[in-house]
Amino acid sequence: MTDTTRAIEAVWRIESARLIAGLARMVGDVGLAEDMAQDALVAAMEKWPSSGVPDNPGAWLMATAKNRTIDRLRREKTYERKQEEVARDTGVLFAMERSDFEAAADDEIGDDLLALIFTCCHPLLSREARVALTLRLLGGLTTTEIASAFLASESTIAQRLVRAKKALREAKVPFEVPRGAELDERLPSVLEVIYLVFNEGYAASGGEEWVRTDLCEEALRLGRILAELAPREPEVHGLVALMEIQASRNAARRGPDGEPVLLLDQDRGRWDPLLIVRGRRALERAEALPAPLGPYGLQAAIAACHAAAIRAEDTDWIRIAALYEALTQISPSAVVELNRAVAVGMAFGPAAGLALLDEIDTAALANYHLLPSARADLLEKLGRHEEAKSEFTRAAEMTANEQERKLLLRRAGVD
Amino acid sequence: MRFMMFMYPEVGNQEWEPTAEAVAAMSRYNEELRKAGMLLALDGLYPPGDGGTVRFGADGATTVTDGPFSEAKEVVGGYWLIQARSKDEALEWASRCPARGCAIEVRRVQEMDDFPEDVQEAIAANESV
Repeated sequence: MTDTTRAIEAVWRIESARLIAGLARMVGDVGLAEDMAQDALVAAMEKWPSSGVPDNPGAWLMATAKNRTIDRLRREKTYERKQEEVARDTGVLFAMERSDFEAAADDEIGDDLLALIFTCCHPLLSREARVALTLRLLGGLTTTEIASAFLASESTIAQRLVRAKKALREAKVPFEVPRGAELDERLPSVLEVIYLVFNEGYAASGGEEWVRTDLCEEALRLGRILAELAPREPEVHGLVALMEIQASRNAARRGPDGEPVLLLDQDRGRWDPLLIVRGRRALERAEALPAPLGPYGLQAAIAACHAAAIRAEDTDWIRIAALYEALTQISPSAVVELNRAVAVGMAFGPAAGLALLDEIDTAALANYHLLPSARADLLEKLGRHEEAKSEFTRAAEMTANEQERKLLLRRAGVD
Repeated sequence: MRFMMFMYPEVGNQEWEPTAEAVAAMSRYNEELRKAGMLLALDGLYPPGDGGTVRFGADGATTVTDGPFSEAKEVVGGYWLIQARSKDEALEWASRCPARGCAIEVRRVQEMDDFPEDVQEAIAANESV
């Protein structure tokens, strides 16, 4: 790769989301906007190697996308095409000729970007489609990169993207930021997508590799962008806080052979103090808003409790148990119940924890390896070693992660 | 990946007195970095004349002096710590800084994983004390 090609790639990474967002505002269709942006990228690859990268590459790409679309639409013979296509193209042409992107104010660009986030994460789309579209249009990732991140084939991802864009077009989803009650309704879907990307990086669900830092960083970047665009939403800051603090443990989460190291066994000296501070600051922003903490904010508060303990034995388990109690109130789930039982076990002894654990409706956690592994842990502490061993073995059989299985088998004393 | 961007204002040991416009442009740039979700930390430094230097001899003996380490014209005036997906992206961001008559050096931050295993173990041993 030449220097210019690499520079173009860097510019694309920085500019593509804003470019697509600005174009989508004009034409009302993210799929079409993406094609137009790609077209401008092709032009840049032709021109910039000889002319050099322009001073304001974002404005250049936008002007080029616009002009090339106008030229193409004027050139195309309309009589050969379906009436609805002609009508659409006329609308696009009209919008293009009237729009003045260079004059767009900063908050308009921010609004476009926010609209793009909400469109990519539209509840009409499946979770997988939302994730792929967000990484593609907001992260500027290639289909190949998305495929390798999610251990899927390139054609699967390509198809998923095509279908998602088609679904948005056919449903005539307006390109806009939802307001009022609709915003409250749709924000969770956006936060879910970002956290899914983070978790895919944080604990790969399959395969050998335990942490894929790139995906974590990308999710953090998207979260921070969202926090700048929607600063009045406590859950946005809550999610950013949660991700920053979880990411702070990345270097401590693997042993020398890549095996996972549990939170309480981690070498806390390896936790990244900068990310902890950033996480705490994001949590403070959430707490400063009038609304109470939501599920992400509460999870962040729990993570902050762990981060505040210099040694594992200094952990304020009573506070953590109370935060989990609050979490079961606003966001009840068997997983939260499980974590609460573990925290209660730490705060008030393994018998109290086990009692809570036995109350959980296990049907919802039938294939969840952390349930037998938590039970095993409590049984071990109560000196019930045989029962603990069989629970650890059961957990090992359930996990899809090779490294995790090794750890569980070691705790069962099997390997 | 993380990168440090070191700003060398090329004013040596003299006071750096930027105009109000220059400061406004720079804070717009910082805001852009923040809005892009890339900015992790940033700071500006007082001139090296206000600082001090600790020199270590071959035997580890120390000498403390006031002022800068060397009389080099280029001294660090501040830094940004950013998250970027490649060195090229970091360089592209650096080139967008509204700066005049100065230089920004871009350096990748070494993460724990980048150290050889024996070094990682030594660090871990130290921290568990």
